[in-house]
Amino acid sequence: MQQIINFILRNKTTLLYLFLVTLGLALSIQSHSYHRSRFFNSANWFAGSIYTAQSEVTSYFDLNAENEKLKQENTILRTMLYNEEEQDTLPVENESFNFKVVPAQVIKNSFALRNNYITIDKGKNDGVQQDMGVVTSEGVLGIVEHTTNKFASVQSLLNTKSNINAKIKNTNNFGSLKWDTNRFDVVQLEDIPRMVPLTIGDTIVTGAMSSIFPENIPIGVIKKFDLNASESFYSIDVSLFNDMTNIKEVYIINNMNSAEIRELEDQIRNDQ
Amino acid sequence: MTNNLYISTAIRFILLVLVQVLVFNNLNFLGFINPMVYLLFLYWYPIKQRRAIFILISFLLGFTVDVFSDTLAFHTVACVTMAFLRPTIMRFVFGVNYEFQSFKLANTTKAQQITFLALLILGHHTIFFLLEIFSLAHLLLLLKKIVFTSIGSILLCILFTSLFSVDKE
Repeated sequence: MQQIINFILRNKTTLLYLFLVTLGLALSIQSHSYHRSRFFNSANWFAGSIYTAQSEVTSYFDLNAENEKLKQENTILRTMLYNEEEQDTLPVENESFNFKVVPAQVIKNSFALRNNYITIDKGKNDGVQQDMGVVTSEGVLGIVEHTTNKFASVQSLLNTKSNINAKIKNTNNFGSLKWDTNRFDVVQLEDIPRMVPLTIGDTIVTGAMSSIFPENIPIGVIKKFDLNASESFYSIDVSLFNDMTNIKEVYIINNMNSAEIRELEDQIRNDQ
Repeated sequence: MTNNLYISTAIRFILLVLVQVLVFNNLNFLGFINPMVYLLFLYWYPIKQRRAIFILISFLLGFTVDVFSDTLAFHTVACVTMAFLRPTIMRFVFGVNYEFQSFKLANTTKAQQITFLALLILGHHTIFFLLEIFSLAHLLLLLKKIVFTSIGSILLCILFTSLFSVDKE
């Protein structure tokens, strides 16, 4: 006993170090799994408030550019509205809507890591929940992974864990969108069968297989495509519409039917 | 161990974390170089203090940076390891001088200081990117990130050390 105590006293620094490193490694390994630790991310109250303070200052610098973007988006929406079939009343928000949209601002963004997360300034208090889709006026951005009362952290497209259902516009050939971590403006679309005719410049949009995003939200255009190792599927490089380095205004999409869809899918899984 | 020392260490801690997460994490020079200047804390931390406390503070430092940058525990592990290895590195760089009571960082040569700093940064970045990339399949990417980020960090840290020289302490 005496010897054990002496050993601990003699090596207390080393033991402390080993303990802390084990703790750190445990947290890292946990963060490699799908959902990260609930509390330790930048969507917490403390980090969130500091990022908000920063964002309040820096957001003034690109107000002009942001306004220009919003104006362009409004132009597109107005054009769509005026060319719509004759309608004397516009539907007001009601129960029959399939999707609800919440606007938010990005307060922290990263794109240089392998698993990138974006923090936004809307949380549970605004009805934001896990697994809601996040888009910008240009295209898809990511999926909400964690929420606190006032903030949410979004798993960006630029994340090795990201996996989004996508298809080639105007066809029904869908695959899954992943990221190989090489470039922050290019993501990969996998599992498109080789008989599908592809052209460089084809638009990639979200597919109907997802309970998160509505169908046909733009993602990017085909930059280059190759057959994969098994020669039966394409591996497609998609260059994103979004400039992932410069994102400010985003929209969170809440699929009102997602709970029902997920319940149904769970049932199928249980039956099997 | 004076009060003054506690306060200056605390202020240094807070300022370095803020500068790191608000400025240098958003630098993205050439798309991926985000220098880690907060390592200066390990460089500046007084030498004659208890090691256990130093390791605990380094854990806290790494953890804070991790929480802010959503890289849970990569910074922590790298930072704690470097804090643990610091005496070894110092003995390697400064030789027996380091054991003396009168030893001061400011009294060593510029070359020694830079070597010490560079070793701290290289070790830290190696551990950090090994954990971040977590596979040897991307060896080239790993090396690229370690080498270029280290160069960036070393240059900026040298700049900071000469700007905020600690001669008076």
